[in-house]
Amino acid sequence: MDARNGDLRIGVYVCHCGTNIAATVDVKAVAEYAAALPGVVVSREYKYMCSDPGQELIRQDIVELKLNRIVVASCSPLLHEETFRGAVAKGGLNPFCFQMVNIREHDSWVHQDRQRATEKAIALVRAAIRRVALHKPLEKKRVPIHPDVLIVGGGIAGIHAALTLANAGKHVYLVEREPTIGGNMAKFDKTFPTLDCAACILTPKMTAVKKHPNITLWTLSEVTEVQGYVGNFEIAVTRKPRYINEDLCVGCLECIEACVYKQAKVPDEFNLGLGKRRPIYISFPQAVPQIPVIDPETCIDFKTGRCKKTCIEACGDRHAVDLKQQPKQETIKVGAIILATGYQTFDARKVPDYGYGVYPNVYTAPEVERLINASGPTGGEVILRDGRKPQSIGIIHCVGSRDENTNKWCSRVCCMYSLKLAHLLKERTGAEVYNFYIDMRAAGKAYEEFYHKLLEEGVHMIRGRVAEVTDWAVTPEEEGKLVMRAEDTLISFVRRVPVDMVVLSVGLVPHEDAKDVRRLFNISCSSEGWFLERHPKLAPVNTFTDGIFIAGACQAPKDIPDAVGQAGSAAAEAMVLIDTGYVEMEPNTAYILEEECSGCKTCIPLCPYSAITFLADKKIAHINEVLCKGCGTCVAACPSGSIKQNLFEDEEIFEEIRGVLANA
Amino acid sequence: MSNPESLVAIQNSFEPKIVAFFCNWCTYLAADLAGTSRIKYAPNIRVIRTMCSGRVDPQFVLEAFARGADGVLIGGCHPGDCHYQEGNYKTLRRVRMLRRVLREMGIEDERFRLEWISASEAERLKVAVNDMVEKIRALGPLRLEIKAEHFPEEVAA
Repeated sequence: MDARNGDLRIGVYVCHCGTNIAATVDVKAVAEYAAALPGVVVSREYKYMCSDPGQELIRQDIVELKLNRIVVASCSPLLHEETFRGAVAKGGLNPFCFQMVNIREHDSWVHQDRQRATEKAIALVRAAIRRVALHKPLEKKRVPIHPDVLIVGGGIAGIHAALTLANAGKHVYLVEREPTIGGNMAKFDKTFPTLDCAACILTPKMTAVKKHPNITLWTLSEVTEVQGYVGNFEIAVTRKPRYINEDLCVGCLECIEACVYKQAKVPDEFNLGLGKRRPIYISFPQAVPQIPVIDPETCIDFKTGRCKKTCIEACGDRHAVDLKQQPKQETIKVGAIILATGYQTFDARKVPDYGYGVYPNVYTAPEVERLINASGPTGGEVILRDGRKPQSIGIIHCVGSRDENTNKWCSRVCCMYSLKLAHLLKERTGAEVYNFYIDMRAAGKAYEEFYHKLLEEGVHMIRGRVAEVTDWAVTPEEEGKLVMRAEDTLISFVRRVPVDMVVLSVGLVPHEDAKDVRRLFNISCSSEGWFLERHPKLAPVNTFTDGIFIAGACQAPKDIPDAVGQAGSAAAEAMVLIDTGYVEMEPNTAYILEEECSGCKTCIPLCPYSAITFLADKKIAHINEVLCKGCGTCVAACPSGSIKQNLFEDEEIFEEIRGVLANA
Repeated sequence: MSNPESLVAIQNSFEPKIVAFFCNWCTYLAADLAGTSRIKYAPNIRVIRTMCSGRVDPQFVLEAFARGADGVLIGGCHPGDCHYQEGNYKTLRRVRMLRRVLREMGIEDERFRLEWISASEAERLKVAVNDMVEKIRALGPLRLEIKAEHFPEEVAA
């Protein structure tokens, strides 16, 4: 059934995609051109090839016209290749006797000159017709799927995904690098717009994770190696020492009280350095697991080896404190992975005009969350770094967001959390609160209503980006205050607003090491550094690497409801994969023509998966089809052309080259 | 060709034909993203998809030039980002070797290009394609057959 034995019957289908293609490419001319090419039995153009009637057209033609090769010129194969393979299969033809031509993303959407875009479409279609003639029927191989799931990141998204999967009976490994799960949400005081206490709604879920028989929770742990592929990943996790044996500790916390440090002296990470902790500590009262951790950087025993070890004494015969604990390697097998690694906040020092790190009373919003939290460093009282209580507070929106100089994106949550902080600060301190905003973005259920509630509460809203925060007073009432200078763009007037406290509503940015995580898991990032979804609208939790899903703010800034929604969606996607029980592998593996292989071994070191071995008895190379991932590097390197790659045979690609270059 | 005006006219009307080999995971996706972002670039490239830039056999490049391509562009993932771990390093090695061969054949460096373009770098793709088109336009058509005319004499000498 190839071009050389004459019984080639090709069907060509050129899609209009409404006007997406037809507006720039003369689809009729393309179809007419294709109709005249050798082997083409039928060539049609149709409004929407991916629609049911479009697919039916292919099926019908295969049956009625006895077609044995199909070419569809439409969008990117990454979008609809599977759709059309399905349509081809419905007509009773092997789905790989098909070639797709991308004349939308690669042509009509990127060019304006109709004639030249049409010429390009014709060249691409011609190449596909020549290529498809050589296509062989292929079978997809089915590989069983390991039923367990790995979730990386124990914030609200990771927690929600873990619980959803675990409740459905799947075994979940939840890996978190901090000593406790809870993520950023655990640090918040209240959540907008309902003003639910964050801990009250989060901590029950955290406890549920710990108690769930289907969840293996590893805190202080990081994934260090990822091997394998969809359905069959092999993961290495490094568990850092906590110096407290999790199996023996009962969470009485007596060891913390017994520490030789009578006063807490070490800046407390959970409270963003606003409070102090001891070298042995628990991140916050409801931390999960409810087990202390020893910080070897500050513990006297680790530094000098001459501590009284009162913590061990306090633990008594439970013997949970283990100062000799070593990092532990765990290796697990999972079928699917959900990445929920979250975000970090913008470093406010990068906008020096706002004086963060210079003026002590300039705070970032996350710091204020801790400051007003009842379990925070001040027990919920708003006491400034200089010991005063603020009587006037200015909140600057969009710090590190919507700014050409820092980040262009809108961080989506800052308007709403600024309003929430304005409400809480006003409630706790009775201070006058000024919000400096660019635009109010309150899109979400009950968000606009919350904004109006704040207006009624008498929070001042000033539309304008603050130019600078300064302590340079020009009037007596500005003495000792921080002066916020901004143009009020609604009245075209430059204002100076003296305040006691400045809050910077810092935006959300990708984690500093998001790039390392991305590499580790072999997924892509957007140019900003957020994990890239497979399709922005229709596959928002999938990645281009099968079996790896993303949830929460690691994909883009989002609020809690969206993160939870996405986590549920990622859990469902993982479940679909697992419950199918098998995965079909693209049959693009390489194979060796045994009679032609000279046994030169050029290919063997090229394979990153060690799929190629040398058969000493036959003196030829051999490719293990299960290990081959189908990159084709060995195929390109073989000096005698005796390695072939299914779907990407040399001759197929040569025909494509000749096809695009042939004269019309 | 002695008349400079006609030379200019030929150069202006000359549309370079560029064959591009894009890897499935990075550069092909960048080209898809250019589409969804409606980024406009020169319509001179014809993209052929391979799973990895490592699949690009030097023979593909030679075949393209032999069949009338004025330029060949290979697009792969950035070093360290290869979907297949290190296929792009193999590409880099091959490209360096191949470039020497092409030079010997009188094919200018500007006609053969390797670009690392990740899935999110649609803008970079546009810049690379447009730049390559302009550089080749300035060089004029490859006309390998004219260059090849002298090969026998050179070999004899």
